[in-house]
Amino acid sequence: MRIGDFKQSYAADEAVFRSGTVRVWLALLFAALAVFPFLAGPYLLYMADLTGVAIVAAVGLNILIGAAGQISLGHAAFVGIGAYTSAILTTRLGLPFLVCLPLSGLSAAFFGVIVGAPSMRMKGLYLCIATLAAQVIFDFIFVHWTPVTGGIRGINVPPPDIFGLKLDTEFKFYFVTVPIVILAVSAARNLFRTRVGRAFIAIRDRDISAELMGINLFQYKLYAFATSSFFAGVAGCLQVYLLKIVTPEHFPLHESIRYLAMIIVGGLGSVLGSIFGAIFMTMVPEALQSGLALFQGLDDKLMSYLFPLQTVVFGLLIVGFLVFEPHGLAEIWRRIKDYFRLWPFEH
Amino acid sequence: MDILLQLIVSGIAVGGVYALIALGFVLIYKATSIINFATGEFMMIGAYFFYTFMVMIGLPPIPSFLLVMFSSALLGLFIERAILRYMLGQPTISIVMVTIGLSSILMGLAEIIWSTDFKSFPPLFPRAPIIIGDIIVRSNLFWGFVAAMAAVILFALLFKYAKVGVAMRATAGDQMAAFSMGINVRSMFTVAWSLGAIAAALGGVIIGNIGGIQPTLGGIGLKIFPVVILGGLDSIAGAVVGGFIVGLVENIAGGYLDPYVGGGVKDLAPFVVLVLILLVKPYGLFGKEDIERL
Repeated sequence: MRIGDFKQSYAADEAVFRSGTVRVWLALLFAALAVFPFLAGPYLLYMADLTGVAIVAAVGLNILIGAAGQISLGHAAFVGIGAYTSAILTTRLGLPFLVCLPLSGLSAAFFGVIVGAPSMRMKGLYLCIATLAAQVIFDFIFVHWTPVTGGIRGINVPPPDIFGLKLDTEFKFYFVTVPIVILAVSAARNLFRTRVGRAFIAIRDRDISAELMGINLFQYKLYAFATSSFFAGVAGCLQVYLLKIVTPEHFPLHESIRYLAMIIVGGLGSVLGSIFGAIFMTMVPEALQSGLALFQGLDDKLMSYLFPLQTVVFGLLIVGFLVFEPHGLAEIWRRIKDYFRLWPFEH
Repeated sequence: MDILLQLIVSGIAVGGVYALIALGFVLIYKATSIINFATGEFMMIGAYFFYTFMVMIGLPPIPSFLLVMFSSALLGLFIERAILRYMLGQPTISIVMVTIGLSSILMGLAEIIWSTDFKSFPPLFPRAPIIIGDIIVRSNLFWGFVAAMAAVILFALLFKYAKVGVAMRATAGDQMAAFSMGINVRSMFTVAWSLGAIAAALGGVIIGNIGGIQPTLGGIGLKIFPVVILGGLDSIAGAVVGGFIVGLVENIAGGYLDPYVGGGVKDLAPFVVLVLILLVKPYGLFGKEDIERL
């Protein structure tokens, strides 16, 4: 009989896929992802690439906040470190894309560990503000260390090439982004099946109990910062190659808040939630723009309200989700799924 | 030497205003344990209220000032009742994000209502700069400092002697005990938000009077974090001391280092100090240390 969470063996409980049907749906999703670029135009592909970058970064942030319970207001700074690392390595040393990708992740992870180090002595609000300081300081470095970062003019990056194949269009870049996103998502999903991932959750739920159970708090908090920043760095590298330029304007405090909004709207602590959130928060401004464009004939000034309106909607989404749906889109998705799984019964 | 003195004096003057805004922040944190990322936007909205009453409606300065206090108190009350009340007992990250979302809404609304153009108040004080010995202080800065200090002292007295202030302190100390002594804890939360909004709005009017207003004025609110962390999140004396320290640090560091790095040190220095303080004294100078038990 199909009821809620009923499992008959440990194997079923530990399985990656709950049932065979999931595999079928997943195969369909991959097929759709593979067919998509042949149907969509450059704009949609660009949006898809941008969403991919956001997903990688949001998944990373969700590991730190949703799983390990360490608040960070500096995620954009780590994305920025990854971006600058790959831009500098490419333009100065001429390293290829595939080498830059892990290196930018590692360099972001390195700085993540440095920023995370104070987490031993503080938590909650104080940590939140310490990471805010990191965001401001890195932002300053991006702008003012002109010989290395190019200052406010930034660094132009040539299109990446993989084994001689130039990825100069959104279409070609799509086939790099999607595998990296899939890799990142499955890595995050499997992280929670390992000792490290379980330790993160224990620390989030009750840090003192976790310590009593033999988890070295400091070590695992640093792991959390390193993992999260690694994802951010990879996302930064992708973003540089997608936009072909890196400037400090790409990584302000507001960008950190946008990543936070993604995981809040999507669902804290859920990998699927990060994906939903990243897609949602990337699409909403675009949807708003096209929505306003429909009414443009009525009032000439309408388009000038676009940016403030986006700001207001952004805030309303965050507040609305936190007040009415604190577990985010992932929870809504779960309810929909359960409804169909249990239909025609209610429980 | 003259430059140093000049920097110190303007540092103190700005620090007084920071202290007032930080007070708005501490009032809310002390009573409700909510860290208000929208403090800067409360400040900005307060400045726009003043602009609306004085320039757009044309009221004289003092009634405008009173109306600003009244309307920002209403704003604080409304926000507490409509949003924050539902966030009690939620994890820190959710509460932080709600106030961030709030700041985004307020900023967007300000842009829609008052447009992004730079605006300034008509002169409220005599223009002649105040001269103390060899040091020249801009009159707006001087009177701003005086007004901010007066407000800080008023708030401190209110907190110490008025019935509502005592009740708020009791709530902050132990909610359960305060509740059983007949204090309406919920209404104390509302009062704290209203008072916090008033303090921030007064700070906004003063800052707007010094440098004009724009919807991005709330960005100054970010500097409040070094101020309050320095003093300790829940200490009123800390907010004042922190305000002066940050005002001094940013002016002195900005004055001496800006020529070497091409500007921007003023915004950075408070955060560098913040990191150093957090490493040495994680609960600030006067903050209450959390002791946790299982």
